[in-house]
Amino acid sequence: MADEAPFQLLHSELVQYIYKSGENAETENGRNITKLENMGFRVGQGLIERLTKDTARFKDELDVMKFICKDFWTCVFKKQIDNLRTNHQGIYVLQDNRFRLLSHLSAGKQYLEQAPKYLAFTCGLVRGALSNLGVRSIVTSEVSIMPACKFQVMIQKM
Amino acid sequence: MSRQSNRTTDSKKMNSELFTLTYGALVTQLCKDYENDEEVNKQLDKMGYNIGVRMIEDFLARSSIGRCQDFRETADVIAKVAFKMYLGITPSVTNWSPAGDEFSLILENNPLVDFVELPDNHNTLIYSNLLCGVLRGALEMVQMAVDVKFVQDTLRGDNVTEIRMKFIKRIEENLPAGDE
Repeated sequence: MADEAPFQLLHSELVQYIYKSGENAETENGRNITKLENMGFRVGQGLIERLTKDTARFKDELDVMKFICKDFWTCVFKKQIDNLRTNHQGIYVLQDNRFRLLSHLSAGKQYLEQAPKYLAFTCGLVRGALSNLGVRSIVTSEVSIMPACKFQVMIQKM
Repeated sequence: MSRQSNRTTDSKKMNSELFTLTYGALVTQLCKDYENDEEVNKQLDKMGYNIGVRMIEDFLARSSIGRCQDFRETADVIAKVAFKMYLGITPSVTNWSPAGDEFSLILENNPLVDFVELPDNHNTLIYSNLLCGVLRGALEMVQMAVDVKFVQDTLRGDNVTEIRMKFIKRIEENLPAGDE
């Protein structure tokens, strides 16, 4: 078991690196987000493989989402998702009121424009985890006041 | 010291696989971005340095360890407290130079390389080079200039993973007049 600090520091260094290697801030922003997201995707795939080794087969999509909100989130961020909502048509909103990777940045609106960088990796993490459970999805995030944030999962029908 | 670390262990422990996998993703990305392994090693060291200069603050705050009297004590703190706290392992300290300014950390199992296999075309890649940067950066913040490098690595077929640390010099403190 490792401590939490190395991951947090590694993650912010990761964000720094990706953003420094991009040249033009405006046009590169999207590409940087994609890069971070893809890295998260791979990590999510790996994690879920290890995590679901001994769990029973999931009943349905909602069951999968619940697993993500409870077990997966607890394993990664040491807490559960605070609120899960769905329209029962393939859209889920996961709300975390005190998101780990934002909580040391600010508590309010300061640095709000920086927040998306720090969420991209986690979006990928969720998408990767879902993908290895057989659910194709698009995951986006939004923040209105740090350190709370919402992740929106749109399930892609095959 | 023990009281403090007990308080933090439960809440701060987290799945080390997340760290391992994230680090793997980073190295993969660097290998894509740079053409040769040397550049990747350099970049990993640089990033480690950035982490080290921040991690030392966390470390000093949580371990309540004061200034080390000599390099031997530094070695002990690194191996027994710092590595234990952050990576959950305790490397052994060996191979002291006669002058006492150089020693080796032997890592039995390096958590950074848990799921890693190096492909043949990356034989000069020092996979865990981030660690060197972290150690260098952290020690620099406590006024020690140290040279850190991997001399053996299980990933490259050696029996153990060995980090060699060499004390270079004490960094003079430039305190503003009137301070202390």
